[in-house]
Amino acid sequence: MKEKIRLRLFRGVDANGYEKDYEVETFPGMVVLDAVHQIQAKQDSTVACRWNCKAAKCGSCSAEINGKPRLMCKSRVEDYYDDNGLITVHPLKTFPLIKDLVTDVSWNYKKAEQIPPLTISADAPRPFRMQQMDVERIQEFRKCIECFLCQDVCHVLRDHNRKDGFFGPRHMVRIAALEMHPLDEEPNRRAQLRKEAGVGFCNITKCCTEVCPEHIHITDNAIIPLKERVADDYFDPVRGLIRLIAGPKKKSRPAPIPKPETNVGV
Amino acid sequence: MESYQAYEHDVLIIGAGGAGLRAAISVMEAGLSCGVVSKSLLGKAHTVMAEGGAAAALGNMEGEADNWQVHFKDTMLGGQFLNNPRTVEIFAKEAIERVLELEEYGAVFDRTPAGLIAQRPFGGHTYRRLNHVGDRTGLELIRTLQDKAVSLRPTFYMETTVTRLLKDGERIVGAFGYNRQNGEFILFKAKAVIVATGGWGRMYKFTSNSWESTGDGASMAFEAGAELMDMEMVQFHPTGMLWPPGVRGILVTEGVRGEGGILRNSKGERFMFNPDYMPPHYKGNFAESEGEAHAWLFDKEKNRRPPELLPRDVVSRAIYKEVLAARQSEHGGVYLDVSHRGADYIKSKLPSMYEQFHALGDIDITKQPMEVYPTIHYTMGGIRTEPETAESSLPGLYAAGESAAGLHGANRLGGNSLTDIMVFGKRAGDAAAAYARTASHGTMDESQIADEQSVLLDPFTNSGGENPYTISQELQEAMQKGAFIAKTEEGLKECLAIIMSLQERAKQMRVPGDRCYNPGWQTARDLRFTLKVSEVIVRSALERKESRGAQWRLDYPEKSEEWGKKNLITVKSGGEVKITTRPVPQMPAELKALVDS
Repeated sequence: MKEKIRLRLFRGVDANGYEKDYEVETFPGMVVLDAVHQIQAKQDSTVACRWNCKAAKCGSCSAEINGKPRLMCKSRVEDYYDDNGLITVHPLKTFPLIKDLVTDVSWNYKKAEQIPPLTISADAPRPFRMQQMDVERIQEFRKCIECFLCQDVCHVLRDHNRKDGFFGPRHMVRIAALEMHPLDEEPNRRAQLRKEAGVGFCNITKCCTEVCPEHIHITDNAIIPLKERVADDYFDPVRGLIRLIAGPKKKSRPAPIPKPETNVGV
Repeated sequence: MESYQAYEHDVLIIGAGGAGLRAAISVMEAGLSCGVVSKSLLGKAHTVMAEGGAAAALGNMEGEADNWQVHFKDTMLGGQFLNNPRTVEIFAKEAIERVLELEEYGAVFDRTPAGLIAQRPFGGHTYRRLNHVGDRTGLELIRTLQDKAVSLRPTFYMETTVTRLLKDGERIVGAFGYNRQNGEFILFKAKAVIVATGGWGRMYKFTSNSWESTGDGASMAFEAGAELMDMEMVQFHPTGMLWPPGVRGILVTEGVRGEGGILRNSKGERFMFNPDYMPPHYKGNFAESEGEAHAWLFDKEKNRRPPELLPRDVVSRAIYKEVLAARQSEHGGVYLDVSHRGADYIKSKLPSMYEQFHALGDIDITKQPMEVYPTIHYTMGGIRTEPETAESSLPGLYAAGESAAGLHGANRLGGNSLTDIMVFGKRAGDAAAAYARTASHGTMDESQIADEQSVLLDPFTNSGGENPYTISQELQEAMQKGAFIAKTEEGLKECLAIIMSLQERAKQMRVPGDRCYNPGWQTARDLRFTLKVSEVIVRSALERKESRGAQWRLDYPEKSEEWGKKNLITVKSGGEVKITTRPVPQMPAELKALVDS
């Protein structure tokens, strides 16, 4: 590892922003976030970046390192510097700039408000009994740390700025976790997916899956199954005919697991 | 005076971790107006770092053997009887409802073969009691509470720092602070205020805490005249990451030991079997041979737990002593090895530990041991609260979660914090809502606001030229040296002298730039909180002349019966830190019977 590296940071609050180089002394195991912290402590305390846990669990320190959406706390400097010891760090491009490496991600929180919460029938027997294999697929989605790197890389949001039409991969994952919850009875999820959440906008380029620091299979396990469910409900002519005759379909709930003799588990 | 934005709520909640969010749910369900201030973005609070699980005696594993009574006893034993027994009773009973409620809100816990919530063993808990989701339970908990709270639509103030509580006479009637993104000042008027600002680990060099954990809540409450309690009790988690330096202090979940992780020194000895490390009151409850400890992995009813699962204070001291005796690992800690559980098991039960060591430490924990050393993790002390209502000693001010004191005594058991924040978050929310229903808004004189504005703005014009990062670093060095696991009067006094001189130097802090998202400016204000809380910690540690739980005094190595009857109380008196004592509340006969059983 090089003893000294250069961090080229984006600085500024608007379109007049510029790049500035900082020399940083390295130490074993140093991550890009450490380098930014060293700049704040020793060179320029006005450099703005978000961070919290520094252990890849909170998703605060998202940035574009050498043009790639990454968590700064999980990116070792030796994996990113070039032959001249240079690393470039920019803010997420998809969201409005606040300052330096910090962007305004509030749009994501506004979209989250529009998603109806988990709805469990008062009649469902308590305590809930669910099998591990039935919850495992939604546990994958619930690993999401809301770093919004998938939102940043999604070309529907990034290149086409269709924030008016598509909730983005993060919220597809959230809706998938609710839609596939064994006890959820919210009737309007697929209608929301089709209309305001805009699941049809995704054309499965899998860029979101590639950048997910939690390794969630966003496209394969969340978005494609959601697309299939929407297609089943709205675009299958046979089902459409059945619905026309039998009335709208109620969301089905799996039969409760019979109570075993003993509660003792593994 | 500079201009400010003003907002009014029935209840203002400072902090949006688990305790703050659970309180917000209660206030919204009571039909009142609720503001929630979050120092960072929503969902990033320190709750997210909790890994192992939420302790509640659901009895899904051992059946009726586990119940709130055993949980009560374990928590009292773990806290070395400095806990408020009524607080612990409420906690042990209500933890069960809160976990089940979390499932109603959408949490998806790991399951037993019978389809119920799976529970894992943890330090100091007699039975398998930690309701968990792999090793990311904190994330599950905060996201669930976040989604639930958002669906009830309180007003969130993200990236907003509250720096002063505002008073009308003795009553707390609001708070003042600023928005980090644009530097605008904000005045909050509220009929009741709940402090849920978490703990304070940032005054130590090696800590699992994020930048936010600077003791804002405790410090503001102290400045406003509220009583703090048990401030000497700072928890050192036995297993922090040690190498490389960039990751030092990051938490390695106790779940590793819960899943069978073994601690060894450089000689390969499983040192937790050393009888010198076994506290008398735990003797007989733990495996006495490696064979029994191994058999426990497969049959938890017929075998006793391995001694790696002793409470955190005990394991931390043992690691400290091993290193002191020159039996340390390559980089000065000990080894923690879980590789015998096999790659598949580890990746399913400890996925984020696997990922953390793989990405940050170049270690494959399915094949190699980890190197660990104690790290600052949690603060048992905080704002003294009433068990039933979470009300502080000041009217209109409530506290819940890590910022409050009383539940954990001298040492917190792993897993008790995640249920603490739900039980007392709810109680604080309910009580603050009930209070706000009948109270009216207070009046506050503007001088408090003007005074806080001048404190906040001072670093932009001060001619002193002190760098807040330099002071912060010197404080961390001093606390790490003088107020770490093993303390002495001499070391504490030296540390206190440094803190006092740093407090003076902090009056000369200067920061460049403007108010828009300026980390230097933020650090300058946070540092004042940290310096004050550090002073209180060290003065309290000096005062308690005994060793108990997290308080380990080399010059007073034994537990003292006298000190065991007292909690230390800190109040502001004549502008100074004043420390007094208060008798630990007596246990009623029926609770005492539980402990003696």
